[in-house]
Amino acid sequence: MRKQDVPQDEGVLDDERVVSYALDSDGQYCLTSSVGWDPVNCANRLAWQDIQLQLDGVRRQIERGELSVLAYYMTRAQMDVALLASYSGVPRWRVRRHLKPKVFSKLDAKVQHCYAQLFRVTTAQLSQLPAEDALPMAEEIPS
Amino acid sequence: MMIDFPHRQSAHCESGAVSSLLTHAGLPISEAMAFGLGGGLFFGYVPFVKLNGFPLTTYRCRPGGIFARVTKGLQCRVIQKKYRQPQQAMAELDALLEQGIAVGLQTSVFWLPYIPPALRFHFNAHNLIVVGKEGSRYRISDPVMPELVWCEAEDLAHARFAQGALAPKGRCYYLEGEPQITDLRQPTLRGIQIVCCDMLAPVPIGGIRGMRYMARSMRHWEQKYGKRKSISCLAQMIRMQEEIGTGGAGFRFIYAAFLQEAAGLFNNAELKEMADRLTLIGDGWREVAVEAARCCKGRDENVTLDSLADKILLRADEEEPFFCELRQLSKTLQRQLKDGQPKGKAS
Repeated sequence: MRKQDVPQDEGVLDDERVVSYALDSDGQYCLTSSVGWDPVNCANRLAWQDIQLQLDGVRRQIERGELSVLAYYMTRAQMDVALLASYSGVPRWRVRRHLKPKVFSKLDAKVQHCYAQLFRVTTAQLSQLPAEDALPMAEEIPS
Repeated sequence: MMIDFPHRQSAHCESGAVSSLLTHAGLPISEAMAFGLGGGLFFGYVPFVKLNGFPLTTYRCRPGGIFARVTKGLQCRVIQKKYRQPQQAMAELDALLEQGIAVGLQTSVFWLPYIPPALRFHFNAHNLIVVGKEGSRYRISDPVMPELVWCEAEDLAHARFAQGALAPKGRCYYLEGEPQITDLRQPTLRGIQIVCCDMLAPVPIGGIRGMRYMARSMRHWEQKYGKRKSISCLAQMIRMQEEIGTGGAGFRFIYAAFLQEAAGLFNNAELKEMADRLTLIGDGWREVAVEAARCCKGRDENVTLDSLADKILLRADEEEPFFCELRQLSKTLQRQLKDGQPKGKAS
């Protein structure tokens, strides 16, 4: 790749830059700054789309009363039961139980606080389904 | 407490961290050199390990491998520690900074607030160097960021004690004293030999055979995962190859830069030629990424998983003789070095 061919396609990086290795006019490698590349942006957008789809599914299930709001926060943080369990220190089987709305509504304050702290929300927010997903790149996802 | 630290933005976090730490310790080496000495180049397709639910594709060696090999090759004393308690880990970090020691940390990228939100995934083998503290904030030289950044202690502690695969467990490392070896020629050859050995290894999932294996199984992705998921698999492949931290073309360009530097070290025209050849191979990988993205968008009927698999086979056919010849060349150079005919300049 020549220096002048280093792609400059804006996308996932916000205002940041990455460096890529490219050849200068003498055929020597040098570091060139780049704002991104379309194929990467496309791939990254797809990854977020997958998360969005998953999140939409979970949202519907919560509205139907099949899952608790905890499932929403877990999915939004790209976690699964195992990862959430090791982050919160709550055993897996209990996390799995907390995904049921009935169990979750009777959750004691200590565990609630533990989850809320992990997801950086207040305990009040934890029991309510947020209206906005606020995922990055969400505005660029074509419906 | 602030340490005067030579921050440089680099393509890959691990090689960048190693090169900055060594430069700080008194042996200025470039990122590409660190990557080469550490034998960072690799290819692996591991379908039974799933990353975000998709088969793992990797273009580089295991996390931590570069650091271990470089410091071993240069005979540099390293102190590494893991912790159970975040409080203890942070307290010891503060104590080290007080002594003026720049400390490398293994962290997750998910909890680092300065990383662009779109890139925050649960990836636990990110490397950064803490160079100072002011109040509750740490001054951090993150190899992939253009400038030094600030990070709150709470966020850093979270990132250091991330959970999941490759959990860092607060791992920190720093160099003790200067590297004993300053003539880079022997470690360079060692690095090349490691990469050739890994790429030509007779295991079905690694190196050239790994590429062929991926090409073979790609053709069945659609039956196996369905249309939507097979596209996500492809997207994952592109991201492993090109996203932040690779320097382009799945580390092939960084490695070419290393070979170019090695050519200067040995004053050897053949190594320079090899570097040019690897650049062309890298361009080929870029093409694969472009086509794969086109396939993801579904705009081009001519690009299918089959045609992509053919392209990857082509890359394998190019890389196989390349690494065979590189191995031969490194053996010749090794012999010359042993016979004491210093063809190149001593560094």
